[in-house]
Amino acid sequence: MDLLLEPMFRVPFLTGLMLAALVPVVGVLARLRDEWLAALGFAHLAGAGGALGSALALPVLPAALGLAMLGVAARALWRRQGNDLYALMILAGWATMMLVAAVSRHASTLGQMLVDGQLYFVRGPHLVAAAILLVVSVPLMPLLMRLLLRLTLLPHQDQANGVPVQGYLLLFNVLLAISVALSAVTLGVMTAFALLYLPAWVAFGLARSWRATWLLAAGLGVVAYLIAFVLALLVDLPFGPVMVATLCVLGCARFTPGLAVR
Amino acid sequence: MTEHLLLQVTDLQAGYQRPLVGPLSFTLPAGQVLVLQGANGAGKSTVMRALTGEARCFAGRIERPASVRLACQPQHSPLPAELPMTVREYLRLAQAQPHRLGGLPDRLASLQGHRLDHLSGGQWQLLRVFATLCQPAPLILLDEPTNNLDPDGEALLVALLKGLGPDRGVLLVCHEADFVGHVAHQLVEVG
Repeated sequence: MDLLLEPMFRVPFLTGLMLAALVPVVGVLARLRDEWLAALGFAHLAGAGGALGSALALPVLPAALGLAMLGVAARALWRRQGNDLYALMILAGWATMMLVAAVSRHASTLGQMLVDGQLYFVRGPHLVAAAILLVVSVPLMPLLMRLLLRLTLLPHQDQANGVPVQGYLLLFNVLLAISVALSAVTLGVMTAFALLYLPAWVAFGLARSWRATWLLAAGLGVVAYLIAFVLALLVDLPFGPVMVATLCVLGCARFTPGLAVR
Repeated sequence: MTEHLLLQVTDLQAGYQRPLVGPLSFTLPAGQVLVLQGANGAGKSTVMRALTGEARCFAGRIERPASVRLACQPQHSPLPAELPMTVREYLRLAQAQPHRLGGLPDRLASLQGHRLDHLSGGQWQLLRVFATLCQPAPLILLDEPTNNLDPDGEALLVALLKGLGPDRGVLLVCHEADFVGHVAHQLVEVG
């Protein structure tokens, strides 16, 4: 238990905690837009960016965020809702990551870390990036939620009244890409996907209102994170798979009789 | 454009890759319900979509005073298969002001705590038409508002349209002659 109180784990703990609270709420909006595959798409692009950065002796975090931003630009040009573009991102990102890892030992090591989700090696820049993301996202989230809900339930109306809808959609995609890319390099690629997808999936099935939905998603993300952080450290397992397994177990709540709304 | 006009359409030709409808002209003053009529495929919904910017305007003019906001109910607006939002939250999202139309109808009031994805097709249709009508927007576009409504729902809709204030106007697409006969001030043939 003393391990948990080690100062060296404070930065990883706080970084992961912020992402565990924020990313599931972003996932709720991605699910509302039926674009939940975005998590894997942007995560793979971030992984490819990180691998390229590592091979070229560039800082990994900016390289990962940079390639994820290229994905946002592609999304803006694509102009169609749905998951097709994200499938392309997954495949192109995976191929790039594997090829770069095959020719560079640094990239190969980084690729393994992205698969394992080695949260405990996270350092100051990741913490600062997560804190900035959280500070920017919290005031933006109510605005984006309202706009995306109105786009879904009152289609075309805001656009007809001069609301810059495309600008807000771009803003949401930037927030989505940065959240996922930062989660991928901090928590691992699959953990980022699980954190974006599973809490939102459970909350959509169990919550009785929209407010309860995003609160439940954020709560599930944080609870899963706390369990996984302690468990992985105490049993000495890679954080990523422990976190994903924990989320999967918590996800079973969706099928619990009496809890599910239908 | 005179001050009491909410909408003036002049020689409009609208469509998507190419013009599908027009030229068409009409004006909608405040206090009136204007019904676009025509056979299936004549382009009535395309005219509505041109007004909201979804369809392209190839020729002619659409004039709406900058201060006139619109509220619209598209013909097709299926609910997502799963959406954890209550009727109460939906009305708030739509900025609906039920008091403008004499309060929330009983058949909707009893559903306020229900999730939208638990509503029937008729309940959802009535809710979204009601929410459209009681938004604070002078110009209202309704595309086939009677779809899925039972006779009581249609009667309620007639009463709501007749109860709209003199500062508001409705552009309506509907095939049901009885309903149109009860609410229309103007008929415009499309196609």
